[in-house]
Amino acid sequence: MSTFRHPSTWIFITLLVLTWLLARMGAGWAEATGLAWAFDYPKAWVIPLKDWVSAAMKYLVEDVHFGFFTFKEFTRAISWLIEQPYNLTRALLAEGFMDGPGRRANQILPPFSWITITACVIALGHYARDWILAAIVGFAFLYLSVFGQWESAMITLSSVIIAVPIGVIGGLSLGILAYRHPLFDRMLKPLLDLMQTIPIFAYLVPILVLFGFGPVAALVATVIYAMPPMVRITTMALKAVNPEIKDFGVMTGCTQAQMTWRILVPAARSSLMVGVNQVIMLSLNMVIIASMIGAGGLGFDVLSSLRRLDIGGGFEAGIAIVILAIAVDRLSQAFSERASTHQPKSKGNALIRYKRSFAILAILVAAFLLGRIWPFFQSFPEEYWLTTGAFWDNSVKYLNINYYDAFEAIKLFFLNYFLLPTKRFFLGLPWPWALAIIALIGWRFGGWKLALMNALMTLFIVTTGMWEKAMITVYLCGVSVILASLIGIPLGVLAATNRRAGGIIGVIIDTLQTLPSFVYLIPVVMLFRIGDFTAMIAIVLYALVPAVRYAAHGVRSVRPELVEAGVVAGCTRWQLLTRIRLPLALPEVLLGLNQTIMLALSMLVITALVGTRDLGQEVYIALTKADTGRGLVAGLAIAFIAIIADRIISASARSARIRYGLEDAHG
Amino acid sequence: MTAPAKLVCKNVWKLYGAGADSFLDANPTPDMKTIRAAGLIPAVRKADIDIREGEIFVIMGLSGSGKSTLVRCMSRLIEPSAGEILFHGTDLLKASDKEMIEIRRHKMGMVFQHFALLPHLTVLQNVAFPLTIQGQKRKLAEARAMEVIELVGLKGREGYYPRELSGGQQQRVGIARSLADEPELWFLDEPFSALDPLIRREMQDEFLRLQGMLAKTIVFITHDFDEAIRLADRIAIMKDGAIIQVATPEELVLNPANDYVEEFTRHVPRDKVMSVGKIMQVGGKGAGQGIPASAKIVEVAEQVIEADEPLLVVDEGKPVGSINAAAVIRVLLGKSAR
Repeated sequence: MSTFRHPSTWIFITLLVLTWLLARMGAGWAEATGLAWAFDYPKAWVIPLKDWVSAAMKYLVEDVHFGFFTFKEFTRAISWLIEQPYNLTRALLAEGFMDGPGRRANQILPPFSWITITACVIALGHYARDWILAAIVGFAFLYLSVFGQWESAMITLSSVIIAVPIGVIGGLSLGILAYRHPLFDRMLKPLLDLMQTIPIFAYLVPILVLFGFGPVAALVATVIYAMPPMVRITTMALKAVNPEIKDFGVMTGCTQAQMTWRILVPAARSSLMVGVNQVIMLSLNMVIIASMIGAGGLGFDVLSSLRRLDIGGGFEAGIAIVILAIAVDRLSQAFSERASTHQPKSKGNALIRYKRSFAILAILVAAFLLGRIWPFFQSFPEEYWLTTGAFWDNSVKYLNINYYDAFEAIKLFFLNYFLLPTKRFFLGLPWPWALAIIALIGWRFGGWKLALMNALMTLFIVTTGMWEKAMITVYLCGVSVILASLIGIPLGVLAATNRRAGGIIGVIIDTLQTLPSFVYLIPVVMLFRIGDFTAMIAIVLYALVPAVRYAAHGVRSVRPELVEAGVVAGCTRWQLLTRIRLPLALPEVLLGLNQTIMLALSMLVITALVGTRDLGQEVYIALTKADTGRGLVAGLAIAFIAIIADRIISASARSARIRYGLEDAHG
Repeated sequence: MTAPAKLVCKNVWKLYGAGADSFLDANPTPDMKTIRAAGLIPAVRKADIDIREGEIFVIMGLSGSGKSTLVRCMSRLIEPSAGEILFHGTDLLKASDKEMIEIRRHKMGMVFQHFALLPHLTVLQNVAFPLTIQGQKRKLAEARAMEVIELVGLKGREGYYPRELSGGQQQRVGIARSLADEPELWFLDEPFSALDPLIRREMQDEFLRLQGMLAKTIVFITHDFDEAIRLADRIAIMKDGAIIQVATPEELVLNPANDYVEEFTRHVPRDKVMSVGKIMQVGGKGAGQGIPASAKIVEVAEQVIEADEPLLVVDEGKPVGSINAAAVIRVLLGKSAR
C-alpha cells in the first residue's frame, strides 16, 4: 500500500477526479461562465490547413513544370512503367492476351490454365520444403478454382507479384543507403515512422489524385505501404552482421560494392528474408484494401458484397482471401527458411536436376493444347463451381432470426454500460484541459521534450478543427484496446504457462496475423450490422494479436532462476504468476499494448466502412471525394494520436526496464 | 643478427569519445587522469613497437587491455587517433583507400577469434574468396585454395559448409583462407581462444608446424600467457592500453618490468623458458660433445643431471662455457638464477 503514500499518486487521483467532473458537468458551467469555446472549438478559429493542402496539390498536378515536362507527365510516365509488367502478368494469370481494348475484343492467347498454375505452386512448395507444403498450397489453389474465385484471386495475385519485387528492391536499396550514410538514415527514420502511423487510406487520396483511379494507383499505394519494414529490416540486419565478418571483408580488400553484395547481404540473408515475407504479406493486405481505388480482384468482391449486404458473396471472397494469404505466407516462409539453410546440390543430368521445371513445362504445353479442345483444361467450368454463399446466407439468417435478441442484448449492454459512457466522457472534455493533461503525462514520463511534442501535436488536432472527431477516435480506439488487452493478456499468459494451450493459441495467432485486415469486418457486420459496436469487435479481433504475443513472450522470457527462486521460497502457482512472472513481464506487456494501439488505429480507418464517425470516416469520405487536403489532415491527426500514445508508452516501458535493471539509465 | 623491421608502430594512440583527435593535438602525451577528465576512453596509449621480418610477435593482455584495438590499428581496421604505422618504411595512415585495398589484398592476412567464415559459402569457396575478390579466375582461385586446404589438413572437407565443421576445423579454414593470397604479414586475433583446451594445444602445434614451413611475419594476439610463452619469439604485454614490456619469453621471466608482469610469470615453469646459456658458467670447461647455448633447460636437464661432471656448452660450434647439475636443479626447483 506504499504506493498510496506517494504524493504523485494523490496528485494523479485528484487530477483524474477533476477531469471526470469537468467532462460530466463542465459543459453546463461553461454556458454560465462564457467559456463555451473551451468545449466546442469555434469554427472561426479553425486554420484552413486542408484547403491549403488541396490547393498545393492542385498546383502540383496542374501547373508544375520541370523544364521539359510537367509533373503530371512525370506521374504518367511512372504509371506507364508500372503498367507494362502489370498488364503482362495480369494477362498471363487472369485474362489472356486481347487483340484490343474493351469487352468485344477477342482473345488471341488464353491465360495460363488453372491446372498449370496449380501445378506450378505445387512444384514451388515441393522445391521450397516438402510434399506436405506442396499439398497445402495445391489444395489452396484448387479451392480457389473449385469455388469460382479463380479469376479474382489471380488478379489479386498479379498485383502482389508486381508489387513485391518493387517493394523488396526499393526497400533493400534504401536500407543499404541508410546503412552506408548515417545522415540519410537519420533523415529517413522520421519519414518511415510517419509512413507507418499514417493510416493507409490517407495516402490513398493523394495517390488517387496523382495516378488516377485504377490498378496502377493501387500498386503505388501497395508499394508505399509495404516498403518501410523492408527498409528498416535491411538497415538493422546489415548493422547486426557479425563485426568480425565485416573486419574480414575489409582485410580481404573488398571494395564497397564487394563488401555490400558479397559479404554483408549474403551474411544477413536470413534476416532479409524475414523482411521479404513481411513485404509479401503487407502487399497482399494492401492490395485488398486498395481495391477501393481500383485494384480489382478479391478485395473488390468483398467490398461490393459489403455494399450490397450480400452475406454469402462477402464470406466466400473473404475465405478466398484467407486461403490465398495462408498459401502465400507458408510458401514465402518456406523459401526464407530454405535460403538460410543449405541444400546439397542435386546431381545427375539436366533432366533430373531441373525435373520440376520440365514437369511444369510439359503440363503447360499439355494444358494449353488440351484447353483448345476441351475448355475444362483451360478454366475450371462454371457449372461445376461449388458455392457456399447460400450456406452462409442461411446460417446468418438463422442466427439473426433465432438469436436476434441475444445479439441485440449483448450489443446494447456494451453500448449502454461501456461504449456510450466512455464516449460521453471524451466528448465532454474541454480541449485546453485535455491538452494540459496530455502535456503533463508527457512531462511525467519523458521530460519537457515529450511534453512539448505532445502539446504541439494536440494543438495541431485542435486548431485544424478535428477535436471532436479525434475524441471519438480516441474513445473507440480506447475501448477496443482495453477489451483487446483484457482478452489478449490473459491468453498470452496462458500460452506461456501451459504448453498445450500455448500450441493451440500459437496456431490461432499465426493465422489471425496473416489475414488482411479487411476480412475481420465481414462476419461482424453480418451479425451486428453497422455501428460503433461492430467496429469495436472488428478492431478487437485485429488488435488482439500483439497483446497475446507480447504477453506470452514477456512471461516466457522471465529468467528461470527467478522463477526457481520463487518456487524455493514456497510460492503457490498463483503467487508465482502475480508476484514474479507478471511484474517482470511488464515492460514486454507495455510494448504489446503499444502495438495493440497502433493496430487498433490502423483498423479504425478500415472500420469507417461500417459507419463510424471518427477521423477514419473523415479520411474515407475524403477518399470518395478525392479531397487531398481533407484526407491528409485527418490522416496526420490519426498519426499524431498514434505517435503520442507510442511515445508515452515507450517511455513508461523504458522506465520500467530501467527500474528492473534491464536497461541502462543512460544507454 | 636482428632481422629488419617489417612493421613499426610509432607513438600510436587510440582514444574513444568526441573530440579525441583534437584533444591529442593539444596535449600529445596525456596521462590517464587528463584523458578521463576530458571524458575520453583510452584504448591504446603511446604504443611503440617494431615487428621484425619472420618473427612471431605476440601481444598479450587481459580483456580490455587494448590488444585487439592495437592490432586493428596496425591494419587500419580502426583509425588510430595519432601516431604512425610504418609498413616497409611507408606510413599506412597516409595511404589512400585504394592503396589500402591493394595492401590488404596482397600483403596482409588475418585470422579471427570467432573464425568469421561466410556461412553461405563452402570451405572451398570460403578459402578461394579473397582470390575471387581480387578478380582471379574461379578455376585458378579454387586450385590455389585446394593447395592451402591440403596444407591445413582439411582435404576431403572442401565441399562442407562451415556449420558442418567443428570449431577447430573451422579455424583451420580461417587459417587457410588468410594464407590463400600468400600475405607477408599475418595477423592472428586470439585465433585459438574460442576452442577447447585440448584442441587449442593441437592447433598451437599445427600453427608452429605451418610457421616452420612458411616463415611469415606474425602478429599474434592472445590473453593466455602460457600460449604466448609457447609460441612467441617476442612478447608485448599490455595493460590499460599501454605496452608495459616487450621482451623474449626468457627475459620476461627473468626480468619482469613490474609486479604486474611478474604476477603472470610466477607460475611459468622456468625450465621451459630459460636457455642453457643463461645459467652456464661462462668460460668453464666441461665434458661431452657440447650442448647448444640456445637449448631450453627442459630439453637437457636429464642429460646434465645424470652426467657425473659439468658438460660443455657451445654456441655456433664454439665452446663458450659449461653447465653443471646443481645449476639445473636450482632452476627445476623454481629458484631463480638471480
